[in-house]
Amino acid sequence: MANTNTGVNTDVNTDTDAHAHPNAPAAPAAALLSPVPDDDGAPFWEYTAQGELRVQACTQCDALRFPPRPCCPHCQSFDSEWRRMSGRGRIWSYVFPHPPLLPGYAELAPYNAIVVELAEAPHIRLVGNLVTSPDAALNSVDPAKLRIGAPVKVAFHNTDEGTTVPRWLLERP
Amino acid sequence: MKDATAIVGIGQTPFAKRLPESEKALACRAILRALDDAGIAPSEVDAFASYTMEETDEVEVAKSIGAGDVTFFSKVGYGGGGSCATVAHLAAAVATGQATVGVAWRSRKRGSGARPWKNTSVQLPTPAQWTRPFGLLRPADEIGMLARRYMHEYGATRDHLFNVALACRNRANQNPAAMMYERPLTREMYMTARWISDPLCLFDNCLETDGALACVIVSADRARDCRQKPVYVHAAAQGLPAQHHGMVNYWNDDPLTGPAWTAAQHLWKTADLCPQDVDVAQIYDAFTPLIPLSLEGYGFCERGEGAAFTEGGALEIGGRLPLNTSGGGLSEAYVHGFNLINEGVKQLRGTSTAQVPDASTCLVTAGEGVPTSALLLRS
Repeated sequence: MANTNTGVNTDVNTDTDAHAHPNAPAAPAAALLSPVPDDDGAPFWEYTAQGELRVQACTQCDALRFPPRPCCPHCQSFDSEWRRMSGRGRIWSYVFPHPPLLPGYAELAPYNAIVVELAEAPHIRLVGNLVTSPDAALNSVDPAKLRIGAPVKVAFHNTDEGTTVPRWLLERP
Repeated sequence: MKDATAIVGIGQTPFAKRLPESEKALACRAILRALDDAGIAPSEVDAFASYTMEETDEVEVAKSIGAGDVTFFSKVGYGGGGSCATVAHLAAAVATGQATVGVAWRSRKRGSGARPWKNTSVQLPTPAQWTRPFGLLRPADEIGMLARRYMHEYGATRDHLFNVALACRNRANQNPAAMMYERPLTREMYMTARWISDPLCLFDNCLETDGALACVIVSADRARDCRQKPVYVHAAAQGLPAQHHGMVNYWNDDPLTGPAWTAAQHLWKTADLCPQDVDVAQIYDAFTPLIPLSLEGYGFCERGEGAAFTEGGALEIGGRLPLNTSGGGLSEAYVHGFNLINEGVKQLRGTSTAQVPDASTCLVTAGEGVPTSALLLRS
């Protein structure tokens, strides 16, 4: 929510200059945010720490649901399990955030944030980042490579704070 | 509910990037101006409504302005989604005899205060664990994601978004109270502006404003004795669709069918009017893509046609649906959409700075993309 009082046209970015900063440090000085799990979400992060992408499923009616919640919106059962996904999906949409941003993200801007729809359940979509390798920076992929519908596969990145977040690699880089 | 209550007073402070007074003082000024506009004494106020994000509570406001004994007070959640619901709650309270004089208000120092998304220790009303670690930090990023998908599915372009920004800016250029009064917008300025969250540029984003607004709601009977021409609350609705997730609405079968669709269904069901009867619209515009989404949701066009609807000057004065005639959140002031309510009242009084000739019906909407609300006003 920027203010047009601050003037315009002085800081024009195009898609082509929006890719990897050649001098971007591998590990930015300011930390990125770590997930703050709630009770319902905690298992998701426990599984990512084991390198598994799992989604909550109702054991009564079999419906997958995300984000996780205490009971099934279809059959109201409180019984659920965490079902392993193939880790394959397609890009549903994406943005390239530019400043003003929190410091750790501003250092990497413009970077990509994407929404991936899972191959098994297209209505289940995960927000993430498209990267060139699991530990690469959020701005490591050339923006020109991003397109809606592009097939992607999951990878797991261990953060400095000790959590593991899913990231996404292009199936055909 | 239908036409049982009316807005009889409106008030506002100046709008600026920085105002010296506190949010509380600004709230009191806007409320007292609205009561004066109505010709109603503060001691007669017995109901209040505002947003859960409003920092000044009813106790502070009531004792400051000299309200009487208050028998109804309500706060509505979801940021800008609550704007119209503040009036709707008071209309319901007055229509059912719970109160007689209601005041709705919003006071905000968003221009000089903190950026809410910068507060990393407070969980914003979003499922933050699923979004923020990945750098999807701000409302502009969250709506940008839906916007790109919308553009992909329906062939909408940046020119369509520019049509929205331009219509709002043109109206602000007619409104001396607007922050962008003397700042025209051109297509070149828009197309070369810096990105905020590509595909959204600077001009796709609302302003940052210090300011406050208020309005006064009474029964239709009482309204006839007030100082101003009554503006009737013909219909009102809130909308929280099934399986909706707030601004990060990525987890259902159809993320592009948002709360506007739910609110619209109830609004038109309870109204004697249909979308074709609307003379002028004040549609919540924190971001330009909310306009095509809302045009579809409120039934001005079919699904996927919202962008095309903006073509050919449709949103300008004299167009198919004049939009945000004070300049809206994009170019007048961003005060969580309350200026859209007051502008709707001005249009139906015939006192807008960009008056639509003979306007007798106005749709006002709250934030799309979050649990929302809407009002259908008539003169």
